[in-house]
Amino acid sequence: MSLPPTISPIRFFHQGRTVEVAGVHPTRSVLDWLREDAHCTGTKEGCNEGDCGACTVVVGELAADGTPGAVGGLKLQTVNACIQFLPTLHGKALFTVEDLKSGLLNDGGKTHDARRHDKRPVQCLHPVQQAMVDCHGSQCGFCTPGFVMSLWSTYEHHRAAGSVPTRQQLADDLSGNLCRCTGYRPILDAGQRMFDLPPMQLDTQPVVQALTQLQREGSFDYAAARDGRTDHFHAPKTLDDLAVLREQKPQARLLAGSTDIGLWVNKQFRDVGDLIYLGDVAELKTVEARGDSLHIGAGASLEDAWRALAQRAPALTDVWLRFASPPIRHAGTMGGNVANGSPIGDAPPVLMALDAQIVLRRGAQVRRMPLTDFYVDYMKNELAPGEFVQGLEVPLAALQRQVRAYKISKRFDCDISALCAGFALTLDGDTVKEVRLAFGGMAGIVKRAAKAEAALVGQPWTQTSVNAAKQALADDFQPLSDMRASAAYRLQVAQNLIQRLWLETRTADALPADATSVWSGMPHDVLPAAAQAAQGA
Amino acid sequence: MNKPIDIQLLQPTERFADYQANIAARIDRGAEAKAHDGGARVGISRPHESAALHVAGEATYIDDIPELRGTLHCALGLSPVANGRLQGMDLDVLRALPGVVAVLSAEDIPGSNDCGSIVHDDPILCSGEIRYLGQPVFAVIAQTREVARRVAARAKEVLTIDAAPPVLTPQDAHAKGQYVVPPMHLLRSESTPGGDEQAAVRTAIAAAPHRLKDTLEVGGQEQFYLEGQISYAIPKEGGGMHVHCSTQHPTEMQHLVAHALHLNANEVHVECRRMGGGFGGKESQSGLFACVAAVAAAKLKRPVKLRLDRDDDFMVTGRRHCFWYEYEVGYDDEGRLLGAEITMVSRAGHSADLSGPVMTRALCHFDNAYWLPEVSIHGYSGKTNTQSNTAFRGFGGPQGAIAVENILDTVARRLGRDPLEVRRINFYGKDERNVTPYAQVVTDNIVHELVDQIEVSSDYKARRDAIAAYNAKSPVLKRGIALAPLKFGISFNVPHFNQAGALVHVYNDGSVLVNHGGTEMGQGLNTKVAQVVAHELGVSFECVRATATDTTKVANTSATAASTGADLNGKAAQDAARQIRERLAACAAARHGGDAADVRFANDKVDVAGRTLSFATVVGEAYLDRVQLWSDGFYSTPGLSWNRDTLKGRPFFYFAYGAAVSEVAVDTLTGEWKLLRADILHDAGKSLNPAIDIGQVEGAFIQGMGWLTTEELVWHPQSGKLTTHAPSTYKIPTANDCPPVFNVKLFEGPNFEDSIHRSKAVGEPPLLLPFSVFFAIRDAVSAAGGHKVDPPLRAPATSEAILNAITAVQAGG
Repeated sequence: MSLPPTISPIRFFHQGRTVEVAGVHPTRSVLDWLREDAHCTGTKEGCNEGDCGACTVVVGELAADGTPGAVGGLKLQTVNACIQFLPTLHGKALFTVEDLKSGLLNDGGKTHDARRHDKRPVQCLHPVQQAMVDCHGSQCGFCTPGFVMSLWSTYEHHRAAGSVPTRQQLADDLSGNLCRCTGYRPILDAGQRMFDLPPMQLDTQPVVQALTQLQREGSFDYAAARDGRTDHFHAPKTLDDLAVLREQKPQARLLAGSTDIGLWVNKQFRDVGDLIYLGDVAELKTVEARGDSLHIGAGASLEDAWRALAQRAPALTDVWLRFASPPIRHAGTMGGNVANGSPIGDAPPVLMALDAQIVLRRGAQVRRMPLTDFYVDYMKNELAPGEFVQGLEVPLAALQRQVRAYKISKRFDCDISALCAGFALTLDGDTVKEVRLAFGGMAGIVKRAAKAEAALVGQPWTQTSVNAAKQALADDFQPLSDMRASAAYRLQVAQNLIQRLWLETRTADALPADATSVWSGMPHDVLPAAAQAAQGA
Repeated sequence: MNKPIDIQLLQPTERFADYQANIAARIDRGAEAKAHDGGARVGISRPHESAALHVAGEATYIDDIPELRGTLHCALGLSPVANGRLQGMDLDVLRALPGVVAVLSAEDIPGSNDCGSIVHDDPILCSGEIRYLGQPVFAVIAQTREVARRVAARAKEVLTIDAAPPVLTPQDAHAKGQYVVPPMHLLRSESTPGGDEQAAVRTAIAAAPHRLKDTLEVGGQEQFYLEGQISYAIPKEGGGMHVHCSTQHPTEMQHLVAHALHLNANEVHVECRRMGGGFGGKESQSGLFACVAAVAAAKLKRPVKLRLDRDDDFMVTGRRHCFWYEYEVGYDDEGRLLGAEITMVSRAGHSADLSGPVMTRALCHFDNAYWLPEVSIHGYSGKTNTQSNTAFRGFGGPQGAIAVENILDTVARRLGRDPLEVRRINFYGKDERNVTPYAQVVTDNIVHELVDQIEVSSDYKARRDAIAAYNAKSPVLKRGIALAPLKFGISFNVPHFNQAGALVHVYNDGSVLVNHGGTEMGQGLNTKVAQVVAHELGVSFECVRATATDTTKVANTSATAASTGADLNGKAAQDAARQIRERLAACAAARHGGDAADVRFANDKVDVAGRTLSFATVVGEAYLDRVQLWSDGFYSTPGLSWNRDTLKGRPFFYFAYGAAVSEVAVDTLTGEWKLLRADILHDAGKSLNPAIDIGQVEGAFIQGMGWLTTEELVWHPQSGKLTTHAPSTYKIPTANDCPPVFNVKLFEGPNFEDSIHRSKAVGEPPLLLPFSVFFAIRDAVSAAGGHKVDPPLRAPATSEAILNAITAVQAGG
């Protein structure tokens, strides 16, 4: 494959029609485009780093038939507009707070002729919006459009499934939206009330039609000049095209969810140059059990990947729900989390405990290695020039072990770990047959605690052995102190998490989770959806 | 894995999880509907006046105002060093970059380079002395915001600074004796009034049966208003300036901009329709941005917008003061405080800003709800090389009160008593033991009955027993419970700020416009003021609109702060509306007969001499009769006095009260914790709008819980760089931090004083309610050590701080 001869404009569905954008830099954010170019100022900027949710919008993509959670042929997902680059919208639909009240998406505004007491015609609020008003869910109102969009996503998904969310599901869905005024109770109330109001569902047909039209076009290549240089945005559609492109342009930056690269641009003003976008490569998005492994494509979203893992090992549920926020998990990929190689990434310790292999590809060549061997040093890995992460493989047998994942951070939701532990244990009677103890946040890379593991293997699973492992852990890691935690706290808690593992899995008098974790009182209800997803995969 | 769920926990969760039950428990809809039908417009849970705009994304914040042609964008170049001298700036390098229109520094300011609100020690742009890492040194004005930000971010390359080691902590500043305002001392001795009170206090402590001497640290807090600081300055004819500014204090912005531009106040127009949150952070600290935008707009004769990126907002602006305390108290066998001496040292930052008044309020709230016969309180506002700390909801009150709460909690643990008993025995009396250390008599004390009510409704005693039983059989998790009461003084501590003005216009179609000096930051002030006006004129809510706060309408306003917004502006608007109503009544009586005093206004109708006319008709007639249909209104709080040298007087018009009970679970292996249930009973007097007041109570509770738990500010100990400068590193509460069981009620009872419709201010007082969370955590930590050792717990009680305290109590102290 050679570089495409034509550069096309960015085409996406917005406010009832397909819009075309050209000339803006490939790293222009969806938020800046909305506010500055399209003059749609309903969507707000609160932090410009995907942490506050004021800029939450919903992106719609065509969903293949039978896709779990699809809404009228669309996959609808919340994302943070501040860290999404505009070209990633190509071929998709963008929904913002302005769409809800207009009613354009539902019935062309026909039912919106309710009149006020003074006979002035006004447009009706969407049930999500009306419920927020009724429940006093806004105070200063600045975070409100973001909450409304997250709630709208919840609304559409539950309407499509014929269900209503629990209070806990609402809180989990809203974990990426910060409100400084209300204390959240009235917003959670609104999330319940919106289902009691006369329903209003998205008419997806015109959207599906428009996206189908856009789908017919070939692979997407975009470029724009800035400061005298042209930067490209390549979006190959097949894995083979990607492999070719990657070899041709080894200096280009691979872009998936831009949940980190977006920050390089917004906060560090880094010049990221040409981009190769993975989001259109369908083969990379699959999550499926094949042979004796769970295969997670490098382009699979964090949400899809964690769901598949937690469905098989429910003890991973907390880490799934505590990994960033729904908008970040929708955009970001597990492959990206692994390839990025941050020592505080939460996927690698879990994947290492599960004995995952990383699949690397360069041109036509594919190689595998244990994830444990992938990281060389702080932010350094085994990737060769022109090579990319194609996927991850988790042995299904590993998911049958005693698996635990513990995340420690200042806040339950959407926080970066002070440390994160992934544990897998196999006992033979009272004896430790196999154990994997992997930690993030404890060193310059995520790694397994070799000495602590060695202290346990072949030993009886007793407090004495655990004490030895805790002792050995001090030789495995010399963590740093930073704003998240001190070195002493990190080590003490890492040791205590081995204690927690033992308390939960000891052969006599094992403690249930509600005796070992303060989070056990949160009745998350996510696995039914996960089960559906697993069937679909 | 998450299941099974503790049945004890789940049942109430399910019971209160339904929104209809939540609303029914909080608002008496039947009574409100009846009152509304009877013509009342206050005491009704009307939605926020902008709610429909908020949810539609149509509420206009400053960055949403359509930009004028030629608008330029500004970003600030910040000092990369915390302390030192600026030796040089190579700004021409930046001026040459594409898209840059100008780069301005202190010498471009035509008037005074100062934006200090009380003490004039706060440069707009650095004039040589580098005071903190993040200090604005220059301003880049460019064609786009993106270019301005990219260029400003190159500050490090173009600044030459002779660096010196920074002073960062209050303790360091105190040791060096460096303060932004002189130390303050508040003393009162019941035994030796007017004598050597300091000696008497120490004698009382020494003579007490028990003594406690300790220190405490309580961290600061970032406001984290969702809308960051922003100003949009538009040059006007004759050198005038119009500034759209997200600010709680338009009048001060007007004065600061006038001084910076060397203009008269009448040439500067400041406007603010609403803020996306303020919390005190936009009281004084919006000034720097208003000034820079105005200076640039004046110089370039083009509109200039300055909107801070979130990280810059953290790096430039100040926040709640962290406090360090050292105290000694004497107490008797029952836990009665017989004498107390405390030194409070705050981290003021590099300039005075509002640190003096914050410390005054801290001193005046050390008593909280407790009678302290012999007391000596010393306040030091430490000058540090950090952002200049400022107002934040509570304004020192929470920092003062948490100290005495911590003392009483410890006293109770040392005596082996329930902390509630010890708190109660120290409460102010009603007719005796009722004089505050600052000599104000507490005449409206309701803390006894309020605490009695919540003790029962929260099932405090039974739950304390249940928790003890749970802890006895739970090896890893420990639970704790605490009840914390509050008393909070309402009024600005400086009497002359307690004034307000309003304008009410009745148009001849019967529609009504109200403008007042207060600002809307989400607290529902405009809603409440509009309700007061609607109530006074007997019209529907929809007839009354509130407009943007505007210095060309009401002059010389005070900041919307100290919780006084509705008290002051509500009274002023009522005064204006009442004058119009009286004129309308006189006019209607003259036309239709009867006595003006008998004319009744309610439900958009006017009853006059046996006839019922529409309000619009009466207005139309009055217009034809050449009656003035608009009016100003004014209010000043009566009876206030304050001696700033002795710190004595009657600084507060009245007190607001409240109490909360919280129950937590703490993990003794990790220090993780979770709030399981919170019960609140709060005193808002006769509420103007129960839904809005409950919104303030719950919001303050969660916000204050964040302050005391997850919200931790960390400055690098060598460089002085704030390392928690974005929501990725600074963690405010989220939806999952809202407790599953959250019972909130307003206390029934009017204000004893003649406040607006006998309501009480509600913005700040409930910020003290989450003390109950902190002390519940303390209780759980104490349980981890078998209640043998008083937990050495600091705030914020992060998981790390909690685990450290657990480790200490398990080691025996």
